Amino acid sequence: MEPEQPSPDTEHESLHEEQHLPPPTLWPIGFAIGIVVVLVGLVINPELISSIGAVIAIVFGFLWARDATAELRGQPLVVEPERREMREAGEGMTAPPADQQGVALPPVPETAVTRSRFLEGATLGLGGVIGGLITVPVAGFALLPSFLSQKQHKVDLGPLSTFPLNKWYIATFTVDPMQGEVSRRTAFIRNNGTVTDSKGNASPSFTIISNRCAHLGCPVQANGPTGQKFTGNPSITEHTDNGRVDLESVLPAGYGCPCHGGQYDPEGNRIAGPPVRALDRYAFEVDNGRLILLSTYSVAKVVGTGAQAKIYKYKQAGPGQHVDGPEQWFYPLQPPHH
Amino acid sequence: MAVRRKPTKAELRRQRMEELVNFPLDWLEERSGLIGGVRYFLFRNVPADVNWMQTLGSAALTAFLVQAITGVILAMYYVPSAATDPATGKPVAWESIVNISDGVFMGWLVRGMHRWGASVFIILMFLHMGRVFLFGAYKYPRELNWIIGVLILVMGMMEGFTGYLLPWDQTAYWATVVGINLNGTAPFLGPWLAQFLRGGQEIGGETLTRFYSLHMLVIPGAIMALIGLHLYLVIRLGVTSPPWSKDAAGMEPEQEEEPRLRPGLTRPVPRPAGASALQAEPGGRE
Repeated sequence: MEPEQPSPDTEHESLHEEQHLPPPTLWPIGFAIGIVVVLVGLVINPELISSIGAVIAIVFGFLWARDATAELRGQPLVVEPERREMREAGEGMTAPPADQQGVALPPVPETAVTRSRFLEGATLGLGGVIGGLITVPVAGFALLPSFLSQKQHKVDLGPLSTFPLNKWYIATFTVDPMQGEVSRRTAFIRNNGTVTDSKGNASPSFTIISNRCAHLGCPVQANGPTGQKFTGNPSITEHTDNGRVDLESVLPAGYGCPCHGGQYDPEGNRIAGPPVRALDRYAFEVDNGRLILLSTYSVAKVVGTGAQAKIYKYKQAGPGQHVDGPEQWFYPLQPPHH
Repeated sequence: MAVRRKPTKAELRRQRMEELVNFPLDWLEERSGLIGGVRYFLFRNVPADVNWMQTLGSAALTAFLVQAITGVILAMYYVPSAATDPATGKPVAWESIVNISDGVFMGWLVRGMHRWGASVFIILMFLHMGRVFLFGAYKYPRELNWIIGVLILVMGMMEGFTGYLLPWDQTAYWATVVGINLNGTAPFLGPWLAQFLRGGQEIGGETLTRFYSLHMLVIPGAIMALIGLHLYLVIRLGVTSPPWSKDAAGMEPEQEEEPRLRPGLTRPVPRPAGASALQAEPGGRE
């Protein structure tokens, strides 16, 4: 094998390489626009817009081809060299080096943006814009749905007459029938009778305690016997708009959490273990003589019992979060709840 | 020119076999440099007194690869749906796990490897971490690799947390309730983080699909990238001697005659076996 030497052919090519460079031309851009119009037209209006696009593409394609083949057809090429604007030497400019005075290099302003620097900036800038355009919707899609449209669920627990005065029931119900079994929740319910406010309006009073532990959200259980044998009240299963509702009678001496041993009294006050506050409660309304559960709220503590209880109410907070005392300052902003 | 013995048939056959094996390797090397890179990775120098303890990192890597492969297979059969199967009244995700364990051929084995391998991975990472700590291998210039290793450990634990929910049974559900609420008690952003992880206010179908995506796409991708960086730094910085080594840490052996250049510059590209034979015969061919 001979060591490689430039063959006459390649030498010839390299010598004339410059002349093979086509002059800068705008025709391909017009051609590309024509193609885009054709494609858009295929979606919008194949007859009219696509025809217009085709005409544009053909015209510019023809001009482009004519330009590109000019040399082959023997027409002289006129290639304008790229020029930069000449400026008078002055402040912010560097004079040409002394030994190159004869070459008459134009003075380059120090602040001038060179071609490569411009392209670098344009690449980074456009890349950033494109990256942003992609990232923003994707990040929004990933993050926002967790916080938007948290709709309130109302749970129908049946007629008020189901709940005898001052008797506790463990109610198990489906909050969101669409979600199915995974949205089964439990609450401890006691009918406190009617309460009359200072204006003399009588309204029914219920104590409805969520069984979500205020420590880390495990299900607390009632400490006490259940069923008719011990409580004297039958357990009931009803079917309402929200599906099956189970009511099990119970005599709670308090509530205990199986996970980490949190203990509560029958009003939901923490009496032992790691919970940071009392058990949450459900707001409720009475609609057509039926008990309707609304959303939950958090409770720091409860003083007194039943209808006379003074409840220290707070906005719903997650388990383990303090709602009162200095520790509440750790949670200044809560995500949107229903 | 020296008279050469004619090669025997056996020699010719051997030569042909070598060419057959070498050709694809040379083809690849010439175009990518991959063969040289792999050789550099596998045959690099390590201290003479390395220790079995120093295989713990490779063991952890192997455990991760087992998790990746068994995970891919499990993903072929697992259905991340919290919906209730109307035929049985059971959640679809839980049923698909039962199917993997009881129905799919050898499914119990693959699931068992994934389930127990998860613990093996974490344990090996901790042992590896302990080895690095006790050997002082986290010191200059390897601090960054310690940090990357810690990130891999955290990612591995996140894998454990997200993977635990997927069987969608009572253990999975309540462990995730507690885990997310633990995150929720972090100051300031905790409640927001918890709600993001749940995909809403309550754990439900969205939590399951979200955890599945994190478990099999996001976190493994991050772990792979971090392992790549980790190995790059191991190769670049070299393996540390044990603390009882007589060689001072970080010292090169006696300077070789040729100065050591950066890898890739000194190593000759392996030439095809046939080419060297041809070059040895000047005038053999034009």
